[in-house]
Amino acid sequence: MAESQPSAAPDRPAALRHRHLLDLSTYEADELRHLLDTAQEFRAVLDRPIRQVPTLQGTSVASLFFEPSTRTKLSFSLAAGRLSAETVSLSKSGSSVKKGETLKDTARNVEAMKVDVVILRHSSPGAPHFLARCTDSVIINAGDGAHAHPTQALLDVLTMRTHVDTFEGLNVSIIGDITHSRVARSNVQALNTLGAQVTLCGPETMLPVGMEDAMDVRTTTRLDAALEGCDIAMALRIQMERQDEGLFPSTREYHRQFGITTDHLRRHPDLLIMHPGPVNRGIELADAVVDHERAIILSQVTNGVALRMAVLYLLAPQRDEA
Amino acid sequence: MSSDDRIKAQLMTARDLGRTLDRMAQQILEPIDPEGAQAPSDTFALVGMQTRGVHLARRLQTRVREQADIELPLGLLDVTMYRDDVRLRLEQPQIQTTRIPFDVTDRHLVLVDDVVFTGRTGRAALDALMDMGRPASVQFLTIIDRHHRELPIATDIVGREVPTLPDEEIRVRVQEVDEKDGVWLVQTPASRSTADTR
Repeated sequence: MAESQPSAAPDRPAALRHRHLLDLSTYEADELRHLLDTAQEFRAVLDRPIRQVPTLQGTSVASLFFEPSTRTKLSFSLAAGRLSAETVSLSKSGSSVKKGETLKDTARNVEAMKVDVVILRHSSPGAPHFLARCTDSVIINAGDGAHAHPTQALLDVLTMRTHVDTFEGLNVSIIGDITHSRVARSNVQALNTLGAQVTLCGPETMLPVGMEDAMDVRTTTRLDAALEGCDIAMALRIQMERQDEGLFPSTREYHRQFGITTDHLRRHPDLLIMHPGPVNRGIELADAVVDHERAIILSQVTNGVALRMAVLYLLAPQRDEA
Repeated sequence: MSSDDRIKAQLMTARDLGRTLDRMAQQILEPIDPEGAQAPSDTFALVGMQTRGVHLARRLQTRVREQADIELPLGLLDVTMYRDDVRLRLEQPQIQTTRIPFDVTDRHLVLVDDVVFTGRTGRAALDALMDMGRPASVQFLTIIDRHHRELPIATDIVGREVPTLPDEEIRVRVQEVDEKDGVWLVQTPASRSTADTR
């Protein structure tokens, strides 16, 4: 009789244990892998003649961008559109925010219009966490101050994963203004969780003191040291407005010390180059490096749409009626 | 699936399933014209639906090769993105691989699933295929057609028709996933009879 027993189904599929995507500090490795696996399937949709699926029909997504953004905003709205979700967006200028409405009131009003998911970009660290506490919507952090930018980090690791076999033992160096970078912070969290080793590199003025104690990273102020034994180098954008703060003497000098050139590519024949964009050509990366075949910057952008589709799909709330 | 299932009957043994697949392979071959005038073999393809349909399609591909020395291309289809109940479930279903390594336009497709029930999965599969091109035709192959259609979806190549009760379920088990072959009719606990809309 035991012979004719139907056996159990394969292992229960992975699932996200989170309701929101605020930062990656509490996401565990299986959740990250589930997000990446799902994104990979959505990536395939983007190569089809019809790049849209009806999956999120009837779901409303609101983008609240209180800080300028081009690609993240575009990427999220394409992702929502390709899933057939309905989107509304609101930016700082020309809205009630300008009239002095608080973040909480804006979000509550948006929620009162029956929005399921709120995508928030805000200059204050913790703004998405605050919204998650005071509204019922699902909150996705699209960048909060210098704190976190989880979807950028996820699309970065998704891009890495298409080029490497495993994160275990992978060496990633992040080069640039670490202090002000939410991208660096989120990447360190994701990469550490997945088992990669991260080195942070930048001028002393841009490397926070005590980083090595707070996170499992190495730090160096020498580019050569950061590229030694490195598999993937991620250059961060230098914010021009910071030059006035005296963090680095000139863009020329920054490039001389921290800019990646074809010379570096020659010396490290397997090194891959990433950049969250927008690139300052000739500063973080030499012109020829941006266009080099080992620069995978544009595949980051394509993966961004797929990854955000996965995030929306996995976090969009289920409807009550059954 | 769940340990609460109570087996009511075994509908097919491993041997029955094998013979069913033998016969189905012949049915797939019927319209193919090996001389290539009307319907040459390179205009046909199999599309297996995740999860078990993929393995069944793979076995049909092998049988077609053995019986007629014809190599049919095989595609993998996951219809989760096209389901009409994707937002109604308790948790988000896992999206599996879709890989159609051929152009579906002008091709005769055989869509392979293990069980056909309400027809909603079949509807989703047709929508997914139409988004990839314009097939010449689509035939629907299933090991078990258990009736209770809610949509006008017909089956073309059927292993066995089994009129079931709504609270019963069919379990098609394949070696590749379940470490055994066969088909069972089970009784599900009343509390969870609504979730599966196959």
